[in-house]
Amino acid sequence: MAKARTKKAPVKKASSKRAPTKQISVKRSKVSHALMSAVPSALAQNRGTTLIEMRDISIAFGGIKAVDHASIDLYPGEVVGLLGHNGAGKSTLIKVLSGAYKRDAGQILVNGSEVAINNPRDAKALGIETIYQTLALADNVDAAANLYLGRELRTRFGTLDDVAMEAETRKVMHRLNPNFRRFKEPVVKLSGGQRQSVAIARAIHFNARILIMDEPTAALGPQETAQVGELIKQLKAEGIGIFLISHDIHDVFDLADRLTVMKNGKVVGTAKVADVTQDEVLGMIIAGKCPKGAIPGPGALREEIAA
Amino acid sequence: MTNTTSHNPATSDEGVVRQFLRATEIDTRMLGMIAALMVIWAGFDIYSGTLRPGNGIFGGSFLMPRNLWILLVQTSTIAVMTTGMVLVIVMRQIDLSVGSMLSMVAVATGVLQVFNLAPALGVGHPVIWLVAVVFSLLLGAAVGCFNGILIAYAQIPSFIVTLGGLIAYGGTAFLIAKGVTVAPMDNTFKLIGGNGPLASIGPFWSWVLGIAACAAIALAILNGRRQRIRFKFPLRPVWAEFFIGIVCSIAALGTTAVVNAYPWPHKVAEAYALENKIPIPPGIENRDGAAICMAGDKIVHCLDGLSYQTGFPIPVLIALAVGFFMTFTATRTRFGRYIFATGGNPEAAELAGINTKRLTVMVFTLMGALVGISAVIASARLNAATTALGTLSELYVIAAAVIGGTSLAGGIGTIYGAMLGALLMQSLQSGMTLLNFESAYKDIVVGTVLVFAVFIDQIYRRRVK
Repeated sequence: MAKARTKKAPVKKASSKRAPTKQISVKRSKVSHALMSAVPSALAQNRGTTLIEMRDISIAFGGIKAVDHASIDLYPGEVVGLLGHNGAGKSTLIKVLSGAYKRDAGQILVNGSEVAINNPRDAKALGIETIYQTLALADNVDAAANLYLGRELRTRFGTLDDVAMEAETRKVMHRLNPNFRRFKEPVVKLSGGQRQSVAIARAIHFNARILIMDEPTAALGPQETAQVGELIKQLKAEGIGIFLISHDIHDVFDLADRLTVMKNGKVVGTAKVADVTQDEVLGMIIAGKCPKGAIPGPGALREEIAA
Repeated sequence: MTNTTSHNPATSDEGVVRQFLRATEIDTRMLGMIAALMVIWAGFDIYSGTLRPGNGIFGGSFLMPRNLWILLVQTSTIAVMTTGMVLVIVMRQIDLSVGSMLSMVAVATGVLQVFNLAPALGVGHPVIWLVAVVFSLLLGAAVGCFNGILIAYAQIPSFIVTLGGLIAYGGTAFLIAKGVTVAPMDNTFKLIGGNGPLASIGPFWSWVLGIAACAAIALAILNGRRQRIRFKFPLRPVWAEFFIGIVCSIAALGTTAVVNAYPWPHKVAEAYALENKIPIPPGIENRDGAAICMAGDKIVHCLDGLSYQTGFPIPVLIALAVGFFMTFTATRTRFGRYIFATGGNPEAAELAGINTKRLTVMVFTLMGALVGISAVIASARLNAATTALGTLSELYVIAAAVIGGTSLAGGIGTIYGAMLGALLMQSLQSGMTLLNFESAYKDIVVGTVLVFAVFIDQIYRRRVK
């Protein structure tokens, strides 16, 4: 972990020069402020109830078990990295949580009690917000329409209150990305980074308690990646639990408290970032070998557990 | 021209035209369509002037109040349906069944009023037209809903569902009518098609409407400005606001003046005057046997002294009302926002919690209801319901939407654009009819214009990007 920090250091220095852009303060409900003071994030996983617990989740697509008895959990103010090859089942597992897919078996618990998540609306009602790998933006409408998609502000006559939505969007986007000016244009005309900031704004604007980020930096340059890193740290400090799906081990070591590795739809193991090395994690991803510092899951190699 | 209030301060190297377009925020695509329409109209008028001089602007018979009035009435059937087709296409769907559906609904409504309601209630009973209209709307909505359910829940592509509908609804129409033409329609019902002198609201109410439209334009501009001030958004320059307000008002009042300049045909006016015992001013007979009088220093038909100007015909008012309603629905409501978002990215809409299946059913239901309205207008205008009433109109409806800037890839389209597209298509058709073009040539021209319009649109979009 120490290695990873030093590696990232130059990037951070560079980004901290652009002081104003770093001051990303996000509007939070009183509840999450209370959470923030109650739960110092580093120790979060050792006490208190889980924010999210997914138990024995299975989902199959036409005979292929995309996710096979996977269990993961998340505590308030914690970042859990989810790693694995393409097709390992990370995105599928997370889409079960966000309501995009319906699970075949298993339970989802929020704050210790079981919940039913059958569609994206259910998930949002529970404060679970997702930034999808594809961003899931409606390309032909503007930033405000995307930000409020499915949750439009309306006037007292029941019509869309576009002006109010644009005003709010201007405020949010100003905090996230002060250079953003193109409020009237359809998002298809925006750059990759601008589109990303619209997707992020949408996820954090509605008082999320749980944030799922699926490859949030895949389309970004180094500066913007560092900015997202800062944002994650800030959200974490506010008591929000974050699932971070990434291909990039460095990202996960830099930002996550714990990590879970998946392979062929099964969980190989879960470990605190501090207890494992990057090489060991690579072993988990490639071979399914579960190291000493990690708690093995059903997908771990048998010999390794025996040894 | 310094416009410091414009939200994108104009740079000095910009041309005057660009600055102007930027400040007024006018849709340049729409300007292009209006220009094309003007060229077509002027062309027809000049050409018809060489064959048979009339009192049109260029000496022809196209730009005469009478022809423009008829043109508007003819456009209304397609214009009503195309507003729904815009939303269907924006959702990345298509509805090929609207023509057959129109025939089926019209025939069913015709059979209901001619063979069921009239014998039961007595011919001319005041309830007949109302029942017929409501029935037509509901039947259209039900058939559209059925299409929508097959598309959304049975997940059959809309192209196939509505292609099947195109064939099957046509057959159903034939079956309902038993192959005969259902006529005549109820007298009040007929007015909806613009039939007869009473099917227009007359000059007084037309002016009231025109002036009300100007007031509405002024209010809309003021309201927009107030909203922008409320949230401290950049404002349009005042001159631009005035320019838009004045141009829109001129358009509204000009249209009113044109429809008011079309008097009833003399025979119709005479019959009406006789029936209602209105004295016809005496005059001397001219060569054709019509009575002529002096009005100031002009010689006019005496019957013009009765001054039965038509004003806005009812079908045109219906089409305008539908246009406003659909524009409102598309731009100001959640329903419309969801349609556009789903068309832009169906997956994203689903993930945002939009029930896209229900939305699809709703859009097709709306399309069906609009077909119901058009069925009423078409059968009332013809004063008969036939199985061929809607033949090929699906293609004109789709063509109007596409010419009006609706992208078949989904997500893009405007109601007013499609209605202008319908007017453009109808202008071509009725202009060529006026010039005695063979119908084969008409089809060739209309088809070519459709392809050419989309070609131009592609170039325009590429340049805008």
